[in-house]
Formats: sequence, structure tokens, C-alpha cells
Amino acid sequence: MDFKLDEKHEMARSLFRDFAEKEAKPLAIEVDETEEFPRETVKKMQKFGFMGIPVPKEYGGQGCDPLTYIMCVEELAKVCATTSVVVSAHTSLCIDPIMTYGTEEQKQKYLVPLAKGEKLGAFALTEPGAGTDAQGAQTKAEFDEATQEWVLNGSKCFITNGKEADIYIVIAYTDIVEDKKGRKQKRFSTFIVEKGTPGFTFGVKEKKMGIRGSSTYELIFQDCRIPKDNLLGVRGKGFGNAMHTLDGGRIGIAAQALGIAEGALDRTIAYVKERKQFGRSIAQFQNTQFQIANMATQIEAARLLVYKAAMAKAEGGSYSVEAATAKLFAAETAMDVTTKCVQLMGGYGYIREYEVERMMRDAKITEIYEGTSEVQRMVISGALLK
Amino acid sequence: MKIVVCIKQVPDTAGGVKFKPDGTLDRGAMLAIMNPDDKAGLEAALRIKDADPENVKVTAVTMGLPKAMAVLREAVAMGADEGLLITDRVLGGADTWATSSTIAGALKNMEYDLIITGRQAIDGDTAQVGPQIAEHLGLPTISYAKEIEIDGDSVIVKRMFDDGYMMLKAKMPCLITALSELNDPRYMTPGGVFDAFDKADKFVTWGRAELSVDDSNIGLKGSPTQIAKASDKVAKGKGTVVKPDSPQEAADCIAAALLEKNII
Repeated sequence: MDFKLDEKHEMARSLFRDFAEKEAKPLAIEVDETEEFPRETVKKMQKFGFMGIPVPKEYGGQGCDPLTYIMCVEELAKVCATTSVVVSAHTSLCIDPIMTYGTEEQKQKYLVPLAKGEKLGAFALTEPGAGTDAQGAQTKAEFDEATQEWVLNGSKCFITNGKEADIYIVIAYTDIVEDKKGRKQKRFSTFIVEKGTPGFTFGVKEKKMGIRGSSTYELIFQDCRIPKDNLLGVRGKGFGNAMHTLDGGRIGIAAQALGIAEGALDRTIAYVKERKQFGRSIAQFQNTQFQIANMATQIEAARLLVYKAAMAKAEGGSYSVEAATAKLFAAETAMDVTTKCVQLMGGYGYIREYEVERMMRDAKITEIYEGTSEVQRMVISGALLK
Repeated sequence: MKIVVCIKQVPDTAGGVKFKPDGTLDRGAMLAIMNPDDKAGLEAALRIKDADPENVKVTAVTMGLPKAMAVLREAVAMGADEGLLITDRVLGGADTWATSSTIAGALKNMEYDLIITGRQAIDGDTAQVGPQIAEHLGLPTISYAKEIEIDGDSVIVKRMFDDGYMMLKAKMPCLITALSELNDPRYMTPGGVFDAFDKADKFVTWGRAELSVDDSNIGLKGSPTQIAKASDKVAKGKGTVVKPDSPQEAADCIAAALLEKNII
């Protein structure tokens, strides 16, 4: 077991760090302030291959492994959590299911432009009445035999990359069956929906606590007709597909949480060395030293869990528990570390210019989206107690 | 079209310069980067390749210790087709004459239409190696390039000076030295980084035996100049601190100081 990154991954990290520092960091305050999607940064990320990192080169990607991809999310999140989630939602939630379940035709049509960054992707599972309880979903897809099309009706909410995306992975129920106890159960299927399809419109833009530049929208489907060939994977297997997709997504969000925590600690370390109270820098007080040590330890533990989960994904097989463990710990680390960083920086920590308050607001969502911390605990304990 | 770009691994002076007790540069204690002028030269070559990817081949060449392979990997990760490392113990301690003789000795055994080097390296700051290579090879040189354009079998270069510029045209093969102001070099790509480590056939290492150069012109023994001592920039004094009571008084202080030095 080797805990040291090899030269190749170190070089990839230096690339992501360099890009994040020069391109994403200078815009982070403005992106938060204005709630504007960072389109120019995304264009640059497209140019340099950041939008298709774990996709094979024959499909327009970079041919790298999941570890390289999550290091990209981590380095971006250190300076701008909004920018990092654009990459994470696009890659983990839109590209990954097409790569996993897509036919060759679907890969050529959708995966290639997504991996090249020519198109932006999104994933739509959550509904107003169905978050953790996915069975509560109301969005329905019916097959029209006459036209050989699927007809979508319903709405999705809190969709990351909402209005900015071109290609959407949409989960809808297609069948209702009775289980062994005679209870009615919805069977879900996965669809690829293109922006501009008649009957597909956008609802309200959400105003959020954090990741404020991320475009979070409601999607509305009213008799939205999509071609038969846009069914992704097997009819009725959509719920399993979505859960598997979220396993991968959770590693991305865990990496985002890790990056937010690292970014906040970096800024706090620089601050406590400079800030003087009672005639000496506050770094010389034991409370500061112990808090810094605790946070660094939490972050290192989170990093090992996140990298382990990414490597488990690369190996194939199931990695649900590794992903859930990484996300649970990294998200709670991000929330804890950013809160402590604000406290250590005192009044300045509460001021937007000093950025750790933004990181504290950004950290909160990592405990909620792509499965709340409670859901992660259910996944982990479920595997242990079965 | 074959373009050779000469690049050098240099210590990153952004974090401060560190010296050994004997006064020589402590390279091991400083981060190593691709020399900025050389990186601009590489970017210029890659832009020529972007315009005609099928017919333009870019080879990055460096001379140095085996660890200098890192800058060749970076060059390939940015888009260069291949990298050549010139390394041999007998080449150590080379001054600009021995370095340019050695690199020219390698270039004599390579095919090229255009050679691009950086204007100067941030460690040595001599600006001599590029033009010297051209002299060894009997090629025309255009130094201080701020813009490069390919025109058939010639290059048109905007050559910068402090107070103006020249537009020069030269038939290839020729050598151009690039200014870091030439462009804004691209980032590596993640896939390029993977290629730089996974595709071993993109890299070649040459030692003394592969070079067409006389023994009298290489290494420490072939170097007419030797560094007696190196030092950091002389630290600035503390300056004068004044605490004016009003903006008007502050402006008066600054104006008086500038007048005293005959700046205004």
C-alpha cells in the first residue's frame, strides 16, 4: 500500500492547481456575489480537457482515471466551489451514466460532445415531493406506440447546471408493478433529453445559501416527446442506474467538500500568522495551534477516504460503501473546518472579502446533495447490518 | 515542417533564490520550472502546429540532469510530439559556449526547418545560447521575437526593442529567440499529462556518443568562462517613512522626493 501520489498524478494536480489559482480563484468572490454562472471559466476548462477527464480518448475524453478527475474537482473547490460542482455534475452525473449504460450510437451522439466539453450535462432525479424518497417521484414517461416516442410529463427541481446544460439525464417512472406483498411499486427508467426539445422548459431559478454561481433550476416536462432511442439502459432499471450514478457522484462531491475544507484551512493558516493580538501573532496561541492541528488531521483523513473511493471506482465492482463513507466524512469535515476557520478569523472571518464565510456557506450543501449525510449513514449501516 | 524548441529547466525564482555556502545556486532547494521565455517559444511552435496539425511536428530539446525530463514531459503534456533529453556527466559544468556547442552537436543529427529558443534563462540571464547555436549551425538568427508568422518557406518576425520594433523576414531553416511577451502559453491537458508518462516512445535520451561536437567544446573543460560567485539581487534599503496629516501633504512629500531625484 502506497500513500504517495506518483509523478503522473502529481503533475496532473499541479496542472489543476495552476489553472484553479489563475482562472477560477480571481472570479470566486464575483461569482458568489452576482450568482452568475462562470461561463468563461467553463469555456477554458472545455479547451483544456477538464470536462471529459475520465472518458476514454476514443470518445473524445482525456483517458485518465477517476483519481485524476476527483483531484480536478478538489483543486477547483479549494478556490471556487461553484466551479467545481459544474465539473462534478457534468462528469459524474451525465457523462458517467452514458458511458456505463449507453449504446454505441448514444455514446457517439452524446458522450463524445460531452467529453470534448462542446456540450454541458446535467442529471435530473429530485422532484418537489421526492428527494431521499425516490419512490415518491411523479414524473412519468409513457410510450406512444403510434409515433414510437416517449412522452414525458412532470417536473424536477434543484437541478445543477440547470439552464446552462445541453444534455439532461432524466429519471421518470415508466411502469407500475405489484411487489410480493401486493403493494404498488413504480419502475423507473432513464432518458436522455436534449435542451430545446418541445415541451421541455425551465421553471424558477433557485436562490441558494452557497454555490451561488451554480445554475440551479426547476425542469418542467409537458408532453415532451423524445425519440425511442433516447431510453438509456434497460426499461425499468432506472432506479438502480440512478443509485449507481450517485455512487460515482458522491465521490465527486466528497472531493468538492475536501477541497472546500483545504481552501479554508489554507486561508486561515495565512491569516493567523499575520493577525496580531496582545502583541503576538494569533498563531502563537495554543488554542489556534490545536485547532489547526485538528483540522489538518480531519482533512488528511478525508483525503485518504476520498482517494480510496476514487481508486475503488477505478478497480470496478461495487464502491457504494466507499463512496458513502468518503462523502459522509468529507462533507462533515468541510462543514466543521469552515465553521472553525470563520471562528479563528473572528470578525474578519465573517466578512465576504476574506472568503472563509463563503466557504462555510458552500460547505453546507455537501452534507445535503447527492444523498444527505443521513442517507450515507443508511448506505454504510445497511451494508454492515444486512 | 519540423520545429525544434530548445527549453531549459530552471529554478523558480518566484519563491526567492537560495544559495549554497560556496556561493553557487542551490538548485535542489528550489522548485524547478520550464524557463518562461522557452515556454513562450514552445507555445509559438504549438500554435504553428495548431494551424496545420498533420504536417507540423514539434520536438522539445533540453540539456541537463536526468531530472530535466520533467520539462520535456510538460512540453509533451502541452502538445509537443516528442522530447529529446541530452544528458551525460561529461557535459556538466558547461558555460554558454559549451552548452550551445553541445546542443548544436545534437541538432546536427536532427532534421529541422525552424529552431526556437527562449531569449534568455532566468537563472543565467545571458541571452547567449540561442544565437550561439545559430552561429554553430551557420543559420540566420532573429532574436527578441514578439510575433512569429509562417509565410511559405520563410518566417516573418516582429523583433522588439525598448523603443520600437523591426519586421524581419528570413528563409528557413533559421533560429528565432522568443520573448515571454510573445504569447500566453497554454495549460497542459490531463490526457497530455498521462501521455507524457504512459507513452515512453515520445522520449529519447542522447548521451555524449550521439553528439557531433568536439571534446574541447563540451562540459567544464570546454567552457571558457566559469562562475566565481553568484548572489541574489541587492536588497533594497528600508526607504523613508513619512506620516503626513493630509492627502495634500502626502502628495507634496512624493513630489518633493521625485524632484530631488530629478525624476520630474
